[in-house]
Amino acid sequence: MRHQLDFEKPIAELQAKLDELKKHPDTHSLGISFEEEVATIARKLEETKRQVFSNLTPWDKIKIARHPKRPFTLDYIQSAFTGFSELHGDRLFAEDRAIVGGFACLGPHKVIVIGTQKGRDTKENIMRNFGSAHPEGYRKALRLMKLADKFGLPIITLVDTAGAYPGIGAEERHIAEAIAVNLREMTLLEVPVIAAVIGEGGSGGALGIGVADRVLILENAYYSVISPEGCAAILWKDRAAAPKAAEALKITARHLLELGLVDEVIPEPLGGAHTDQETTIRALQQCLLKHLDALVRIPVAERLRQRYAKFRAFGHYHEEEAALAGNKSIQPQVKT
Amino acid sequence: MATTSFTKKMLGLHTVKPDVPSPLGNGKPGFAKKLKLAPSKSKRKDIPEGLWTKCGKCGTMVFDKEWDENLKVCPYCQYHSPIGARERIHSLVETCTFEEMDAGMTSVDMLEFTGVASYKSKLEDYQKSTGLKDAVVTGICRMGEHRAGLGVMDFSFLGGSMGSVVGEKLTRLIERATEKELPLIIVSTSGGARMYEGMFSLMQMAKTCAALAYHAKARLPYISVLTHPTTAGVMASYASVGDLILAEPGAMIGFAGPRVIKDTTQAELPPGFQTAEFLLDRGLIDAIIPRKELKSRLIEYLGFLTVGRVRAPLPAPE
Repeated sequence: MRHQLDFEKPIAELQAKLDELKKHPDTHSLGISFEEEVATIARKLEETKRQVFSNLTPWDKIKIARHPKRPFTLDYIQSAFTGFSELHGDRLFAEDRAIVGGFACLGPHKVIVIGTQKGRDTKENIMRNFGSAHPEGYRKALRLMKLADKFGLPIITLVDTAGAYPGIGAEERHIAEAIAVNLREMTLLEVPVIAAVIGEGGSGGALGIGVADRVLILENAYYSVISPEGCAAILWKDRAAAPKAAEALKITARHLLELGLVDEVIPEPLGGAHTDQETTIRALQQCLLKHLDALVRIPVAERLRQRYAKFRAFGHYHEEEAALAGNKSIQPQVKT
Repeated sequence: MATTSFTKKMLGLHTVKPDVPSPLGNGKPGFAKKLKLAPSKSKRKDIPEGLWTKCGKCGTMVFDKEWDENLKVCPYCQYHSPIGARERIHSLVETCTFEEMDAGMTSVDMLEFTGVASYKSKLEDYQKSTGLKDAVVTGICRMGEHRAGLGVMDFSFLGGSMGSVVGEKLTRLIERATEKELPLIIVSTSGGARMYEGMFSLMQMAKTCAALAYHAKARLPYISVLTHPTTAGVMASYASVGDLILAEPGAMIGFAGPRVIKDTTQAELPPGFQTAEFLLDRGLIDAIIPRKELKSRLIEYLGFLTVGRVRAPLPAPE
């Protein structure tokens, strides 16, 4: 089986056995009937799956998040949304196909949907730059978000990127500035904004379209300040230590929910999104609808206040008592 | 708010006994003592500690007094050697007008990050070696006739990395500036987000930019000063969204590190790539300002940016 992950081996073996048996019903073991044997293997398969998937390490989950058969942004746009009508270009320099966006309908809502898009094969990956956007991608995203804001369309962003592209052209055209401006401007969008991390949430490149009223994440997706490999290279001086870094960074959906960094984890079918795209897409659709239905009811000023308060609250620090007391009085002591 | 005025000790200007005995006088007073500026990591290769500093670029020996008076800029090749946050503040504000905010705020190892060395021990080490609590010093000051919010980062504390403390202190500074209708100046130097704090550090990018959004909405000026080096998460947040973006000569400024870019693209990097001069040519930076002129230029810019300000600020969110 192509793209099989190491920990999926026992599952794949049982699956192969089951398929083989179904193909040749007369090969079943002596002493029990064909149906009985199928049922036994199927039960064992289910158990193995459950066992394997409840014991995944963070690194295993990152492998699932990067799985090439996982649904990508356009898969969700085509199945969870209707009437997608793509809009192109940043009106400044180019059309960046690593970020797609356009009009679409989510249930009864007309929205603008934007997302980072990976490719499934080499040709598509070259066109999509492996889902790593240049500044033009972020500027196109902002252009579409401003369009949505101007005409009252809620915004849904789907995040699936290893990170913004670290290239010469990206630096020459100021990718850091493009991301920074998005962070600032998304704070002030008067329409509801929902961001969902569907695979990889790679650092600033993910956050660049990720400032939202609700931040959702799929069960096996991750969202991190640095790739585990990058962190391993810096702190362990060895990229092979990535599994350790993945553990230390606390970047799985469950960890992020526990730390209060995401609002909801969307469950994936047993075996991961790559084994059942349809179910995953429905789950995301239902979750988006639920949150959007709630968000459109909140008055604009209140929604903006909540969005600000949400990001304002992130962080842990310690303050000395004296400093705390001093902070209460805004008037500084006057030095004579 | 803790009010702080500068003392020589705080600035690191007090007399420190050199670690290496002077080869000149066998520890005789006068020669063995030197005025040492704040904790700095400037490399002094093969030179007796005490009287001379070797320029990190052209290698010329510069008399320490001249070096310090010149704000650690080489008088021969104009190389801008890194300076600490306190020295920088001292060079920018009117004497005794810096009212420091949140001086006692320190980082917490909330992820219980276990790498090669624990985050906790790293923090302790850096607090000891730099005399700083974290990588930014913030406060309200007077610069010329302008009252302004001033935040200055310090690269010597964990590479100027941005964790919760840097994000929180800057956000409070920005909010205070918005509330008091003050202009804002942030002098950045940073390797990026602090990975020991995981996603909390990434979120400081959104947090600071959100506060800046409301500062900007109130039509208050924000000047971002980029010093060597300013990269990654800091460059991709508050450092990039100034009404004016200034830089020090020769500063390395960018998003991704040059090695990462080289590895990813397998391409030769153009000469001067990611320097202040390179980015000025490509339209990012308003002006490159030598360190000694920074204060007067900031005052000049503030003079322009605070003329006839239209006051229609939205109430800032709580």
